[in-house]
Amino acid sequence: MMSDQTVSALALTELPTKRSFFKPHRIVLMAIAAALVFSAVWFMRWDWLPRYSGRLAHGVGVTLLLLAGTSILGFLLAVPIGLVQVTGPWPLKMLARGFCTVVRGTPLLLQLWLLYYGLGSLFPQFPEIRNSFLWPYLREAWPYGMAALTISFAAYEGEVMRGAFAGVPPGELEAARAYGMGRFTMFRRIWLPRAVHRALPTLNGETVLQLKSTPLVATITVIDVYAVISKVRQETYITYEPLLLLALIYLCLTAILVVAFRYFESRIPTRGA
Amino acid sequence: MADAGSLINWSLLALEPPGWGGVLLAGLWNSVQIAVGGYALGLLLGTGGAMGKLYGGPITKDLLEVYTTLVRAVPELVLILILYYAGTDMLNQISAALGWGAVDISGLAAGIFVIGVVQGAYSTEVLRGAIKAVPAGQIEAARAYGMSPTRIMRRITLPAMLPHAIPGLSNLWLIATKDTALLAVVGFSELTLVTRQAAGSTKAYLLFFCAAGVLYLTLTLVSNVLIGFIERRYRRGMAEPA
Repeated sequence: MMSDQTVSALALTELPTKRSFFKPHRIVLMAIAAALVFSAVWFMRWDWLPRYSGRLAHGVGVTLLLLAGTSILGFLLAVPIGLVQVTGPWPLKMLARGFCTVVRGTPLLLQLWLLYYGLGSLFPQFPEIRNSFLWPYLREAWPYGMAALTISFAAYEGEVMRGAFAGVPPGELEAARAYGMGRFTMFRRIWLPRAVHRALPTLNGETVLQLKSTPLVATITVIDVYAVISKVRQETYITYEPLLLLALIYLCLTAILVVAFRYFESRIPTRGA
Repeated sequence: MADAGSLINWSLLALEPPGWGGVLLAGLWNSVQIAVGGYALGLLLGTGGAMGKLYGGPITKDLLEVYTTLVRAVPELVLILILYYAGTDMLNQISAALGWGAVDISGLAAGIFVIGVVQGAYSTEVLRGAIKAVPAGQIEAARAYGMSPTRIMRRITLPAMLPHAIPGLSNLWLIATKDTALLAVVGFSELTLVTRQAAGSTKAYLLFFCAAGVLYLTLTLVSNVLIGFIERRYRRGMAEPA
C-alpha cells in the first residue's frame, strides 16, 4: 500500500513558501532563469502558437474534464471497494482485493489499450450492442479513456479508503451503536465522514497523479491537450517548443490543483488547528 | 465469427514464430532490463539528490528542488518525450562537435536514461524523507566519535535510514516496471508495444492484451514476494509498522 510519503514523492503536493524566498543566491539563479526563458522566447520558434491557441484551450478543457470526471467517479467507486475490503463478506472482499491487485499491478497504458482495442473490437460482434442506445458512444474513444482512468483511480484510491475505513477508531463506532444508531445511519453519519476525512490528505497527491496519467488517452485518439501538441509537432516539424509549452501547461495545472486543495483543506476543521 | 473458438486461439501464444509468445517474452525481457537499469540509475541520482538536498549548499538545494518539482508536476509521458528527443539530440551534437559523426544510440540506453532521470527525482524525495527519519542523536554521536562525513554516511546514516526507505523504494520499483510501458510511445519494443503489434497483426486484441497483463502482473507479484523478504530482513529488531 502506498503511504502518504510515497505519493508526495511522486506527485507535487505543496508549493514553495514565500517566506525567506529572496536570498542573494536566489536573485542570481532567477536572473539565469529569466535569461533562459528570454532566450527560449527569443530564439525558438513560437509563430505557430496563435494558430493553435483555440485548439490548445479546447485541449486543456478536455484534460480538465477528464480529470474531474474520472476523479469523482473513481472516488465514488473507491468507497465501496474500500468498505467491502474491511467489512464485506469474503467473496466480495476477495473480488475487491483482486481488482485492486490487478489494476495496480499492470500499466495504465496496457489497460487503456485493452479496453479500447480489445473491448472495442469485441463489441461490434454483438448485434445487441450495435442496436442499443449506447452504440453511438461506444464507437467513440473517450468513453474508453474515461473508463480506464476511472478504474485506475478507483483501484488506487480504494486501497487508501480501505486503510481509512479500517483506521477509524472502534470506540467511535461503538459510541454510535450505544446511541442506538442503525447500521446504515452509523455508516452515513460516523464511519464514512470520518474515513473520508482520514483519506483527504492523500487525495491531493492522488489527484495530481491522475492529472499526470491523463495524457495517455491521447494514444487512443482522444483530443486532449497532449494530442493537440502532438498534432502541432506533426504539422510544423518543430520538436522542442511544443513539448516545452506542454510541460509548462501541466506545471500550471498541477500548481492550480495544489492551491485549490490547500484552500479546501484549510476549510475543513481539524482539532487543534 | 463470434464463436469461442475464434475468440481464443491459444496457438497464437506459441513460443515458435507462427505464435507470438517468444516475441512477448523478448518484450518482457526488454522491459525488465530497462526497469532494472532505470531503477539503479534512479537510485544513484536519488542518493546524490537526497544528500544534496539535505547537506548541500544553497544553490545545490535550489537546483535539486527545481528538478524534483518539475518531475513531480509534469506527466511522465511528456518528460519521456522531452528527455528522449533532447537526450539523443544532445548526444549527437556532442559527438558531431568532437568529430565522431552521428552516433546510433540504442533504444535500451535511451530508455534507461529516461526512466532513470524520472526515477531519480522520486527516489530523491523518498530517500530524503528516510534520512530525515534517522534520529539526529545517532548522527551526532558518530560525529562526536570523530567519524568523517563519508564514514558517517556509510556506517550510520545509510544503514539506519534503509528500513524507513524500503517501503517507498519498493513502490518506486513497481512504478519503474510500469513506467517502461510508456516507452511504447517513443517506439521502443518493450512488452506493451510488441503486444500491440502482435494484436494488430493477428486481430486477437483481447488475447494479447490479457496475456501481457498476466506477464506484468506476474512481474509485480514476484517483486512483491522478494520485497517482502527484503523488508523482513531489514526490519529485524524494529517495532511493527502501525
